[in-house]
Amino acid sequence: MVTPVPAFTDEIAKNGGSSAMLCFQCGTCTAGCPSGRFVAYRIRKLMRAAQLGLKDDTINSEDLWQCTTCYTCAERCPRDVQIVDVVTALRNIAVANGKLYEGHKKVAQNLIKYGHTVDNSKSAQRVELGLPENPPTVLANSAAMAQFNKILEITGFKKLVG
Amino acid sequence: MAKYAFFLGCIAPLRYPGIEKSTREVFKALGIELVELKDASCCPAPGVIKSFSKATWLAAAARNLALAEKEGLDIVTICNGCYGSLFDAAHELHEDKKMLDDVNKILAEIGLKYNGGTKVRHFAEVLYKEVGIEAIKKAVKKQLDCKAAVFYGCHFLKPSNIKNLDDPENPKILDELVAATGASSMPRQQKMMCCGAGGGLRSQFGETAMKFTKANLEYMKASGAEVIVDVCPFCHLQFDAGQKELGIPFKVFHLSQLFGLAFGMSAKDLGVKL
Ligand code: SF4
Ligand code: SF4
Repeated sequence: MVTPVPAFTDEIAKNGGSSAMLCFQCGTCTAGCPSGRFVAYRIRKLMRAAQLGLKDDTINSEDLWQCTTCYTCAERCPRDVQIVDVVTALRNIAVANGKLYEGHKKVAQNLIKYGHTVDNSKSAQRVELGLPENPPTVLANSAAMAQFNKILEITGFKKLVG
Repeated sequence: MAKYAFFLGCIAPLRYPGIEKSTREVFKALGIELVELKDASCCPAPGVIKSFSKATWLAAAARNLALAEKEGLDIVTICNGCYGSLFDAAHELHEDKKMLDDVNKILAEIGLKYNGGTKVRHFAEVLYKEVGIEAIKKAVKKQLDCKAAVFYGCHFLKPSNIKNLDDPENPKILDELVAATGASSMPRQQKMMCCGAGGGLRSQFGETAMKFTKANLEYMKASGAEVIVDVCPFCHLQFDAGQKELGIPFKVFHLSQLFGLAFGMSAKDLGVKL
């Protein structure tokens, strides 16, 4: 069942995706989308669903997560729709509604734990190359790590990731 | 001497330290000082992290920008993802006073403030614009005689309306930089196609990401290229993993490593297997 949620378009706009409204469905975006070459994802349809306020269809759909943010579509869109910003807005709303994938969650948890998206699995190679075991980032300074984590807390990231 | 704050990001220092090392050596050889951007974090990643929370992404990026501003230095990145995140965040904060004020309320909680004074640069663009092809040619001690598949990736040039570096459909910056080492950039189909790693695809839908990679590797093979030259550790990771997994063997170099070799540095010092 397709149920339009009129307030949803406002929510998208609030999250930075208002340009979806400019889309006139020409399909230029889909034609150049590398992801659309390999999976059934159609970015044009996602833009239409966003325009119509189809909340369930967008935020529950796996399609929303097939975009690599390569910007090919946005570069070519004749209506100047900021397509990647619309995708980001929809994803933010999906995540706020608890639609998280395990693989993404792991990356987010790494950020909380290490201040980086991955752990340091190459400390030995770093030393071999004459680099410090840990790079001079939050990884090497616990006070800076605490400071960084405060940002994750204030902006609600920790709660989001759970 | 030109001086920049060196933003390391995640994948280079923690998965391909050779890329970090090569950049340090190459910039030194070209007379550019890279100052450590101490206490920096992930940019944060434009894929998963920005997709989860734009508010977190912006505030954490602003923290990195503020750290550089405190040093009075512009940032140089060695990764398209870091460049994409930090450049876009800086652009938004510099254009929108209200957004900057809101972010500063968060930064105030950790004793920082961002005044909007940090420029974000990509190392390849610094080499092209600030050092220049002629100076690079002079630094080349060993002409590289190889056929290269030059890989721009996505967030180096795009979105082009705010980056304005080169034609996003038919660019030449990297081809010229690679040619400066004596290597030939081989023309190929779909040169600007994404590697597949970005946007959270690699971490959750790895098989789909590999389909992007396979198509790219096949176009590269068909072009006669022997090595891949990238400017992003995440593309680098995707191609390095892909060439093994898919059985389409390639040597994969970050541009800094290619330059290191051309400048006469040893493969071992650059973290490169020849
Ligand atoms: S290219 Fe732009 S206007 Fe055309 S369908 Fe895609 S988003 Fe809509
Ligand atoms: S940015 Fe996303 S939707 Fe647009 S072309 Fe690239 S993968 Fe497709």
